[in-house]
Amino acid sequence: MSPLNIEQGATSHSAYDLRSHLSEEIETHTLAILVTNEAGVLARVIGLFSGRGYNIDSLTVAEVDHEGHRSRITIVTSGTPAVIHQIKMQLGRMVPVHGVSDLTVEGPHVSRELALIKVSGKGEARVEALRIAEIFRANVVDSTLESFIFEMTGTPEKIDAFTDLMRPLGEVRMARTGVAAMARGAQQPTLS
Amino acid sequence: MTEMTGARMVIEALKEQGVDTVFGYPGGAVLPIYDEIFQQNEIRHILVRHEQGAVHAAEGYARATGKPGVVLVTSGPGATNAVTGITDALMDSIPIVVLTGQVPTFMIGSDAFQEADTVGITRPCTKMNWLVKETDALAATIHEAFHICTAGRPGPVLVDIPKDVQFATGEYTRKPKTSPSHYHPRVKGDIEMITALVEAIETAERPVFYTGGGVINSGPAASQLLRELVDATGFPVTSTLMGLGAYAARDKNWLGMLGMHGLYEANLAMHDCDLMINVGARFDDRITGRIADFSPGSRKAHIDIDPSSINKVIHADFPIVGDVAHVLEDVLRLWKSRGRKTNAGAVQRWWGQIEDWRKVRCLDYTNSETTIKPQYALERLEALTRDHDRYICTEVGQHQMWAAQYLGFNDPNRWMTSGGLGTMGYGFPASIGVQIAHPDALVINVAGEASWLMNMQEMGTAAQYRLPVKQFILNNERLGMVRQWQELLHGERYSHSWSESLPDFVKLAEAFGAKGILCKDPADLDDAIMEMLAYDGPVIFDCLVEKHENCFPMIPSGKAHNEMLLGEAETQGVIGAAGGVLV
Repeated sequence: MSPLNIEQGATSHSAYDLRSHLSEEIETHTLAILVTNEAGVLARVIGLFSGRGYNIDSLTVAEVDHEGHRSRITIVTSGTPAVIHQIKMQLGRMVPVHGVSDLTVEGPHVSRELALIKVSGKGEARVEALRIAEIFRANVVDSTLESFIFEMTGTPEKIDAFTDLMRPLGEVRMARTGVAAMARGAQQPTLS
Repeated sequence: MTEMTGARMVIEALKEQGVDTVFGYPGGAVLPIYDEIFQQNEIRHILVRHEQGAVHAAEGYARATGKPGVVLVTSGPGATNAVTGITDALMDSIPIVVLTGQVPTFMIGSDAFQEADTVGITRPCTKMNWLVKETDALAATIHEAFHICTAGRPGPVLVDIPKDVQFATGEYTRKPKTSPSHYHPRVKGDIEMITALVEAIETAERPVFYTGGGVINSGPAASQLLRELVDATGFPVTSTLMGLGAYAARDKNWLGMLGMHGLYEANLAMHDCDLMINVGARFDDRITGRIADFSPGSRKAHIDIDPSSINKVIHADFPIVGDVAHVLEDVLRLWKSRGRKTNAGAVQRWWGQIEDWRKVRCLDYTNSETTIKPQYALERLEALTRDHDRYICTEVGQHQMWAAQYLGFNDPNRWMTSGGLGTMGYGFPASIGVQIAHPDALVINVAGEASWLMNMQEMGTAAQYRLPVKQFILNNERLGMVRQWQELLHGERYSHSWSESLPDFVKLAEAFGAKGILCKDPADLDDAIMEMLAYDGPVIFDCLVEKHENCFPMIPSGKAHNEMLLGEAETQGVIGAAGGVLV
């Protein structure tokens, strides 16, 4: 018998052709998940993503209701519409999960990320860095003779644009929080 | 105000939850709990011989009673040995509560003796798990564990209890009337969608009910309602491996099991139907075959308590999230109130088509006068035991599929088999759990010799508790299903798929003080089975069967329902390269 002649990519997301009738286009969605803040809850959520082969583009988490011990997780994920649907369903059925909101489909929302960006450089480049920082409304939170640390909040795209401009001016190092997001307006479809 | 030690709390909480049996194995980190077990008589502890056996026994108990099964094991290896069983319960949605001992809280993280990160290891294979660090929280956590494992889609839960938490005293929390947690999955289906389904039922020309383990898990009422609905509409009904017994195999609307080794008429009915009503099944890959060609002309209803099952694999035209019994009750009531209409003429023609498929007689096989055919062995087992108060367990492989094909299941909760995970070694300990739950019933484990050896240490348990479990081993000295796939897919290169150095099963039984029966002649089979049934104690029945029998019908991997293989069909090269990567 000849060796198995399997097309490359035939098993990329499943051995079975599960989703042929649905769009294969990759979409990016921002999900807000309200969970009980208990030991292991983040591992549970992350384990779902790794165990089922879903993507995490960014993830933030913190307790938002200290009395009720609730944490809000914001996950930016990408996948085909069917995968996104499964992610929401799989999250929703987890015992410590109180609610899942797909901010991307539920209406307008704001996404913000905090970044600390250290730019090391000398001379004219430092002046230029300060000037660009002013345009981007980034704050100087630390300064030495050879470096600045800028703090800025904005969309991930804005932070990327800022760092792209900084790179020619010196060595750039960065710490980013990942996206926190919230729906606009008083009415909240799923999560408050 | 009730102060007590954590170990006593465990026992009190189990009693309050109505637990009568615990399957377990002691060790250092659970000694305080075992000390409490020693000092009471209300809860019976069954000492297994390996922790995997404890979990499968608890699964068998749970499936045969509808109540959660309870497991008690120690830390480290006790917990890790339980992982296969816990995963099995997760895949088959079986409610079990696993209590594990843990090293004392002040030693966690120090690589202490018999320490393992039990909640970390079991997080992906439990529905929920907890590490209890305060004795005051222990009782409430155990009560919550029982709630979670049975609410919504059932599954295994685990409570990890450090030894110092067992020794310390704390406040006992009584079982709450309703769980204080937010976890209360909805059981009632959306009435608009149910109405749409009823309208589809009224007009369908080629309908079929496709039922699964969800009907069993929903409880006896669900099976009753299913029977009423099927009989009243006159629609054909098929079932997954997990759902056998929900509808009676002796009743006329029964098509037999569907899926990879399902019956021809069941699979073709699925392929050609115009309305598929999925009741508590999940479009598993053993059922669907090639997705793109799965039942192309039908509208599909999907009743499932787990929203993530719906639209996971197959698009549902009528998605209904809810408990099977609640939804079927609404379907029936609505359908009756609207005048009990069906498209009777068309359904009659549909039955005519099904009768034509039945004429293929897909379960026919070539019998032999000199060798026991496995199908024949099961036909005789069926004939000689069908009138008994009977429970059937299986291991995993060809014998499992033959048991599903040739035995008749007329009631729910009488069929225990590892469907999702496919765990060889499941059946024997499961049969022990079933027999504990039903001491006077006939409990048979239909096994293959290779699977059976995987948990054969449980002979000690069967002997100790004088459990008359019948181990009916179809011994082909092969890993039969592996061998079959190697024949179909790997050029008959039978790599490591035979059972070398098998024990003498009769002597093995006798070594444990049980009875062994060897049968190799078809002419002796009935007498040998009767001898097995007559013996009041554990029996190993070594039934030497045809070594190279293949299990048919079969939908090869990556093929559609209407491309199934029958009987002695030419099978060389039937699985294409794309199917070869599937399992």
